[in-house]
Amino acid sequence: MGHYIFSDEHEQLRKSVRRFVERELAPYADQWEAAGGFPDEVFRKLGAQGFLGLRYPEEYGGQGGDYYTAIVLAEELVGAKAGGVGTAVEVHTEMATPPILKFGTDDQKQRFLVPAIKGEKISALAITEPEAGSDVAAIRTMAVRDGDEYVLNGSKRFITNGCRADFAVVVTRTAKEEHWAGLTLFIVEKGTPGFTVAKKLEKVGLHSSDTAELVFEDCHVPAANLLGQENQGFYHIMWELQGERLIGAAGAVAAGQRALDLAIEYGTQRRQFGRSVAKFQANRHRLAEHATALEAARQMVYATAWRVQNGEYPVKEISMAKVFSTRVAFEAADFALQLHGGSGYMMESEIQRLWRDTRASRIAAGTDEIMLEVIAKELGL
Amino acid sequence: MKVAVLVKHVPDTETRIQVKPGDKKINEEGVTYIISPFDEFAMEEALLLRERLGDVQITAVALGPQKATEALRTCLALGADDAILVSDPAFEGADAYVTAKALAAALKGGNYDLILAGKQAVDDDAAYVGTAVAEFLDLPVINLVTKLEVNKAAGTAVAARDLDGYSQVIEVKLPAVFTAQKGLNNPRLPALMGIMKAKKKEIRTLNAQALGLAPNELGAEGAKVEVKEMFVPSKARKNKVLTGAPAETAPELVKLLAEEAKVL
Ligand SMILES: Cc1cc2nc3c(=O)[nH]c(=O)nc-3n(C[C@H](O)[C@H](O)[C@H](O)COP(=O)(O)OP(=O)(O)OC[C@H]3O[C@@H](n4cnc5c(N)ncnc54)[C@H](O)[C@@H]3O)c2cc1C
Repeated sequence: MGHYIFSDEHEQLRKSVRRFVERELAPYADQWEAAGGFPDEVFRKLGAQGFLGLRYPEEYGGQGGDYYTAIVLAEELVGAKAGGVGTAVEVHTEMATPPILKFGTDDQKQRFLVPAIKGEKISALAITEPEAGSDVAAIRTMAVRDGDEYVLNGSKRFITNGCRADFAVVVTRTAKEEHWAGLTLFIVEKGTPGFTVAKKLEKVGLHSSDTAELVFEDCHVPAANLLGQENQGFYHIMWELQGERLIGAAGAVAAGQRALDLAIEYGTQRRQFGRSVAKFQANRHRLAEHATALEAARQMVYATAWRVQNGEYPVKEISMAKVFSTRVAFEAADFALQLHGGSGYMMESEIQRLWRDTRASRIAAGTDEIMLEVIAKELGL
Repeated sequence: MKVAVLVKHVPDTETRIQVKPGDKKINEEGVTYIISPFDEFAMEEALLLRERLGDVQITAVALGPQKATEALRTCLALGADDAILVSDPAFEGADAYVTAKALAAALKGGNYDLILAGKQAVDDDAAYVGTAVAEFLDLPVINLVTKLEVNKAAGTAVAARDLDGYSQVIEVKLPAVFTAQKGLNNPRLPALMGIMKAKKKEIRTLNAQALGLAPNELGAEGAKVEVKEMFVPSKARKNKVLTGAPAETAPELVKLLAEEAKVL
């Protein structure tokens, strides 16, 4: 029996996404990992199936679904067998486009959200800078008004989809003095003079997603591309980060579960000292521990998703779900690799990729430490 | 125009089929079901026809137990307008002949311009039902279709078939039956919005009585063929372990390799 947050229709959607993943994504995982990315065409195929707009309103080409549909997508994308695919898709659907729906003008929604839902335009979200990582309020990329344009100067790094994005939602500083209060979001289109991809970055994992360093040099952006309210960007992005973190947590649990399944499968079949290695008490108890931790994480994600679906904005619980899920997912992947022995350390194993990929989730979208900082603050500490 | 699509709910091709000793049907425990892949081509073609021609009413039809409504729900989610489940406990033991007869009875009077089916169902591979339905309804049938064009005004269809070493293009006056072959199209998957809309669409259930079929026309009694035996061919390795001193087991091993395994 499925979890109570999911209806029969969610399970049908799950089936549909799973078949898409089996047919269109998983067979190409190795190829895309080696190539360091997957074709733009995949976004269009996902869009044609309605998977890029599951919880977006029908008037923008979305499917009009609830929040749980986004959880279903995040979980099922793990079946692609390359974490980078899910990362790239989730950055598009759960990071870059939600602020356009929430804060955008109708014109912006027509120009960016509608084609993004179709998969015709790929998006990125650029917050992080060389000097502003965990400390988002330290952002230095300047946007200075010049008539009906803003002129952007600065750089961003670690930006997922950055190499190929048709547009990026960029967090800039519009008021020099103010720490939090001076940030503003802009939608910057590919090809805008002064906007360049400085570098494609090499990563430990998530090879199927591209990660870029972006540079803005006297980049003129029309004022019509200012997203949300001027100088309210910090609050806009803090809102955005909640969704990103909860979806990240959901994806992490699914990845951790896949690692555990692989561990049980390999560990049962691999025999040493006349027994399946998974059956040694030292190992089976650890598998049981990881299964328990993953189940707890899953329940935490679902319970928090229920609150989001019912209109709440539970910063504390989202941060808890994020730090706990990504941690137990990586720990499960780490033990799963251990149980594979040398085979797990070989590049041909599936577990090594999961191990490398799940590691990123403890850094991206807010590190473990930052999540604990947020929770501590919520506790009044 | 009215199009009927025949779909069968079959075990997932990935499932490991099991048969309990003595049974004449598969063990359904833990088996997941899908729409037979060739029927998916048929369903997709109906959707494409509607996209090309506009006013096309699509009815999905399945014969099977109550569980087969899942296949029909999927068709409704894909865009079928309504669905019919032909279901009756009396169909237990039916063969392809009985199935075709019952489906034909369900389709009769429906004024379908096209009846689309898969070329065969991937569970029993009888490759019989589409053709037999045409026969019962006295309609022409074109099998193994890889391309289909409908001329609404003329009331005709042109179908292409890829055969061994050559291709055929056939024109037929509608109404007619077509069975789909791989290559006809690339079936889409249900989208969330379709899944939600399908909730409100109707699935009519027709039992034997509603179809006007007599009990002796149904199930094992009406069947023309009878399954005598069903089993999963054994692939299990029969291991033999020789114990004893190497000096004794080695000659024994050589003998076994030569006489039993026949590899020497
Ligand atoms: C795969 C990947 C994809 C990414 N994609 C994007 C993207 O699409 N868009 C984007 O904008 N960014 C993206 N990032 C960047 C990511 O959000 C940052 O890396 C992350 O927020 C941490 O910032 P930093 O790397 O500058 O680390 P730092 O902030 O320099 O942190 C270094 C260490 O110090 C710790 N630390 C910092 N502050 C505190 C504190 N107050 N208390 C205790 N410890 C602290 C951190 O937890 C960390 O362990 C991505 C990162 C990765 C790895």
